[in-house]
Amino acid sequence: MSLENLKKTPLNAAHRELGGKMVDFGGWDMPVQYPGGVIEEHMRTRTRSALFDVSHMGEIWVEGPDAIPFVNKLTTNDVRNLVDGQAQYSALTNSSGGVVDDLLVHRFGPEKLLLVVNAATTDKDWDWVSTHKGDENVTLQNASPDYCQIAIQGPEAQSILQKLTETKLDAIKYYHFETGKVAGVESIIARTGYTGEDGFEVYAAPEFAVHLWNEMLETGNYGKDGGILPAGLAARNTLRLESGMSLYGHELSDTITPLEANLGWITKLQKGDFTGCDALKRQKEEGLNRRLVGFEMIDRGIGRDDHDVYVNDQKVGYVTSGSPAPFLKKNIGLAFLPVEFANIGQEIKIDVRGKHLSAAVVPTPFYKRAK
Amino acid sequence: MSKIPENLRYSKDHEWVLVDSDIATIGITDYAQNSLGDVVYIDMPRVGDTFGSHEAFGSVESVKAVSEIFTPLAGEITEVNDGLNDTPEAVNSDPYGKGWMIKLRMVKAGDADAMLSAEEYEEYLSANAE
Repeated sequence: MSLENLKKTPLNAAHRELGGKMVDFGGWDMPVQYPGGVIEEHMRTRTRSALFDVSHMGEIWVEGPDAIPFVNKLTTNDVRNLVDGQAQYSALTNSSGGVVDDLLVHRFGPEKLLLVVNAATTDKDWDWVSTHKGDENVTLQNASPDYCQIAIQGPEAQSILQKLTETKLDAIKYYHFETGKVAGVESIIARTGYTGEDGFEVYAAPEFAVHLWNEMLETGNYGKDGGILPAGLAARNTLRLESGMSLYGHELSDTITPLEANLGWITKLQKGDFTGCDALKRQKEEGLNRRLVGFEMIDRGIGRDDHDVYVNDQKVGYVTSGSPAPFLKKNIGLAFLPVEFANIGQEIKIDVRGKHLSAAVVPTPFYKRAK
Repeated sequence: MSKIPENLRYSKDHEWVLVDSDIATIGITDYAQNSLGDVVYIDMPRVGDTFGSHEAFGSVESVKAVSEIFTPLAGEITEVNDGLNDTPEAVNSDPYGKGWMIKLRMVKAGDADAMLSAEEYEEYLSANAE
């Protein structure tokens, strides 16, 4: 794919000015890291604060009297449990129970929901949602081009963002949001994130992206010792992996069910019918064949994405995501294993370029921040 | 711009070589470490292992990627940089110094003469690698 065909966020030039190393990520020209490198960006997120451009994520508005029943019909979590100003992690499932995408559902009102979906799957999700609209009284809008999204994450995220808004951030609980002005710009301020740290995701019109980004960098003392850092996709991945969170296309896909991926907690089988409900109920009754587990390398070496997993010299599974964990200073990963081996302490071997290296099944999340 | 010391020889796989009589010290270039990002682990050969020229002698892993490392020269390993077990980041911070990887007794002492000079490597980078 040539560079000209890649989609760009409104912050593309800002990333280049900051020295971002740009890569093709699902058709988007995105920074994988900045000159400080992935380890520094990861550590700064855990200990101070970092800024992520996530404008490539997709936004879909669902509005109308049937907004809640419609989204409830398409997703695994129970939308009826949401109150105004609350967000929910959920999954769109197909009729076999496989995951079309994982997403956040935001309730703005009883007739107004915002779905935030993954960048690489935005078109697929839009097709899925719009073709599954029957006679429900809802209007759908793919609003992805109407928003930039900037995630400010880390223990200092709140104090930095508070200097830029009159909205009382302390009053926004985890997985809740408010609308308000940030640096003078009308925004959605959500206490959500993909790093395992406290932090906010700020949505605004794309023409204000550079202004918001620069204001947050400046207020966070970018360039000074211990100041905020822009962080790229590489750190975003290691942070979410340490926190045991799934990445679509790795831990989740059209042929992986939420039950297999340890997302039973967002799969409300008793809520009433939804796409894939029957298949998921059947899977639960019959029992899972495989389950996602965390592992930690025992031998030196790094089990990575798609490496095969062996038990007793038999190939039994594969690694979905594997990487060094910069904060924990261990080599960790997630893998699918048959349920009989999916137990804490189970020793496994990972085929790392022909060498069978020892690893052990461990609890997830690998990292949990102190409250 | 990548640092390219004048006194070394270079391969198109982005290894550098420092020759001292029949012993060649080998590491990866500034350009290579910069492309890889933060190095976290290096899989090294053992002293006494022998390799043909352009054979992979180990691998270097960053947070994001794995890359094989090739010896540009045929020979027998006489020393490996065990210090990199504890400080793999030396490959990033000092690729031509503390980040050296192996020393090898060359099969033919003159083999390194065929490798790229600093000037040629710089030309190669500007033509191909960017």
